[in-house]
Amino acid sequence: MEIPDSLVDWSRAQFALTAIYHWLFVPLTLGLGVIMALMETIHVKTGDAKWRRTARFWQRVFGINFAIGVASGIILEFEFGTNWSNYSWFVGDIFGAPLAIEGIFAFFMEATFVALMFFGWDKVGRKTHLASTWLVAAGATLSALWILVANAWMQHPVGMRFNPDAVRNEMADFGALALSPVAINKFLHTVASAWVLGAVVVLGISAWYLLKKRETVFAIDSMKVAAVVGLAGTLATLQTGDGSACLVASTQPMKLAAMEGLREGGRGAGLTAIGILRTEAKPGGSEPWFSWEITFPKMLSLLATRRLDGFVPGVRDILNGGHENVRGVRELSAEEKIRRGKLAIAALAEYRKARAGKDEAGAIAAKVRLEENFPYFGYGYFNSPGELVPNVPLVFYAFRLMVALGLWFLLLFPMALFLAREGRVAETRWFLRLAVVSIPLAYLASQAGWIVAEAGRQPWAIQDMLPLRAAVSNIETGSVQVTFFLFLALFAVLLAAGLRIMLKQIQAGPASTEDGDGH
Amino acid sequence: MQPSLFFLQHYWWFLVSLLGALLVFMLFVQGGQSLLYTLGRSGPRLECLLRMLGRKWELTFTTLVTFGGAFFAAFPLFYSTSFGGAYWVWMAILFSFVVQAVSYEYIQRHGNLLGRGGFKAFLFANGVLAPVLLGATVSTFFHGAEFVVNRDNLTSATPPISTWASPLHGLEAVGNPWNVALGIAILLLARALACLYFLNNIPAGTGGESGDLRADARRHLIRSAAGFLACFLPWTIRLLTMPGLGGGEGGAALAEMPFHYLHNFLNPAWLGALLLAGVALVLCGFLVGIFARNSTKGIWFAGPGTVLTVLSLLLCAGWNGTAYYPSLADPQSSLTLANSSSSAYTLTTMSVASLFIPVVLAYVAWVWRTLDRR
Repeated sequence: MEIPDSLVDWSRAQFALTAIYHWLFVPLTLGLGVIMALMETIHVKTGDAKWRRTARFWQRVFGINFAIGVASGIILEFEFGTNWSNYSWFVGDIFGAPLAIEGIFAFFMEATFVALMFFGWDKVGRKTHLASTWLVAAGATLSALWILVANAWMQHPVGMRFNPDAVRNEMADFGALALSPVAINKFLHTVASAWVLGAVVVLGISAWYLLKKRETVFAIDSMKVAAVVGLAGTLATLQTGDGSACLVASTQPMKLAAMEGLREGGRGAGLTAIGILRTEAKPGGSEPWFSWEITFPKMLSLLATRRLDGFVPGVRDILNGGHENVRGVRELSAEEKIRRGKLAIAALAEYRKARAGKDEAGAIAAKVRLEENFPYFGYGYFNSPGELVPNVPLVFYAFRLMVALGLWFLLLFPMALFLAREGRVAETRWFLRLAVVSIPLAYLASQAGWIVAEAGRQPWAIQDMLPLRAAVSNIETGSVQVTFFLFLALFAVLLAAGLRIMLKQIQAGPASTEDGDGH
Repeated sequence: MQPSLFFLQHYWWFLVSLLGALLVFMLFVQGGQSLLYTLGRSGPRLECLLRMLGRKWELTFTTLVTFGGAFFAAFPLFYSTSFGGAYWVWMAILFSFVVQAVSYEYIQRHGNLLGRGGFKAFLFANGVLAPVLLGATVSTFFHGAEFVVNRDNLTSATPPISTWASPLHGLEAVGNPWNVALGIAILLLARALACLYFLNNIPAGTGGESGDLRADARRHLIRSAAGFLACFLPWTIRLLTMPGLGGGEGGAALAEMPFHYLHNFLNPAWLGALLLAGVALVLCGFLVGIFARNSTKGIWFAGPGTVLTVLSLLLCAGWNGTAYYPSLADPQSSLTLANSSSSAYTLTTMSVASLFIPVVLAYVAWVWRTLDRR
């Protein structure tokens, strides 16, 4: 019985739902973690009680967000097994290690010291408490590091070899995995963008207080810290975003082509600033993809290859092959890759049969054929080149949304700093309104980034090695449908509850954190 | 010197077993949650219980996540086979922990949409379901599960190498009364441990007009301890007398062997001693909690006793070439340490990381002590 497409689609939908939901909370944990730690540091340095009150308020907001982030994180870990069991075996030897290391180094640190941060204000000294707050922020960031190392490996698998006896990939170089340029760039880009989100949330909530003419000192103090963190985060996001595009060009050219809506590439490729994609456009069709567009000549080549005349392949180039890739190797056509992939799969079957029959000569010959064709192994699960193209409009628009909002934040934070320095921020109501409106925009930018990263690499679970259809668990589609809707209902209820609590907390203001144990 | 794959597999089985044992001990949080409607029947009592448990639930949760991560990393074939096959059991465990994770934060807040009652119900559901389901799942390590592993599937039209042979996807495990017995035993053990934890932490006289909380905790301890022994002792006797799949060292064919688990407890003999010491400590903890009226130390016996008991059981399940996850559908598909582990390179890399575990345990213990200061 073949794996039905519906099973793959529903399993994808469930994982996407969980990842999107989880990613609503993680960036705020990462960003707010640093901001509240800075506020508490100022308190310890200056001894000024107003900073203790400020830090405690944001820690309370952090706590509401943290709980639901933890809850949704465990679902992803489970779903690798429940919904992507073949993936878990095929690359578990590599993928599992970062998850285990995350548990030992990061998750325990975060979970242990978060308790001390919330309940320890009156049980430990100021410096010890400050250390626990920083350890919470560090634990969350370390947790992100290991998860992103694992994710980056799926986008650009390195440091492993295939073991045909075990029928899986095995880690051969942990350093290559942990220090992969894709992993490092992804980590820095993601954490920096999380700082931006955290800063926008603090800025927006503080602006709301100022609009309501409440908590003026608290709000302006919070804004100053948020604006500094946000500006640093935005600059780092832009820098690492540029690096990310360059890495994607060399490791996932199809994703870059989708991000740019680039049907046919070439030397001196232009960068589409904005454009409207035709809904009927197909990779193989002759009609133009855009009904209109604004393009900067040669800019895409410059961004992707660092040369104005560098070659950037479009979707059709990648499917047709024949061009030189960044390593100077002539790329095969998609049809040839599929053919070679099927040869690799057949060679693996022959190898295993020969080994079972103790035919050593046959096993050696099959292994040679397998190794020759293994770089295309994953392509063997496809039947037509069209299956290799991701959803171009989704990736194209998500990318533009993310970049446009990133540029907006590059204006927002300097404005906040300028107005605060001039002492006019509390009176500049148009700015305060913009800051409040920016809160949902930050979430939109953050989600758009993940859509680019994850939808852009479809149909692969692991680039060139394992497509989703070979990674999925062998269960009934109906089972996944049921759990999808159960998750949807649960997430909706918990989100509504969490938002309501958070809004009540904000309405109550920092005065509500004056007494008690801070929780 | 590079350690052998055999050593690494056994070392990681020890670590996974230790994490599993710590998780079962930490289920006292769930046990406490299952008592919220009885011990926590009035407002001040409920507040007190939530305060006691609310500072510990994250450690249970973290231990679960790390246990899952370590199992995934060290024995990925178990992860892919069991999670992908026993879908409904793992999903039920997952849902119960997800609702728990938000409840401690949200139950304290005003305007939390579901009211205090809603989150209290979530905590109770997690408190009952998680120990029962985890206990029943551990029982399948001895009594088997319905799966087939065929690595050749990867080259076929149906690539998943593990398939579940029952359409119930894990729920069929409740058809075996021994699985149910261990599930109930773990729930009752968690409740007993929770009572001992409360006796250790709750000041005398707490409860006011609705009665002394400590006295009520002691009453519940008697019931839970008796129920636990009534379920666990027959399950253990059955384990020691039943056959098991063994002989899987070095990838050899598995064969059913009489009194296999008894044999494992006697070879090495210290494993049996560990089990006896663990059970003795648990009993000692119960007796101290029940009969030494002013003593708060029962948890200091029963807690380590639980860890030792579960550790010895899990070690017994995997060592000596035993199939730690026997397949009822195809015995040769059963999982052993040899056929389900990660490679020597991966296990070595993670072993280096594992050297930091004592540091983790040290700061966890320090934070725990600090927060328990009155």
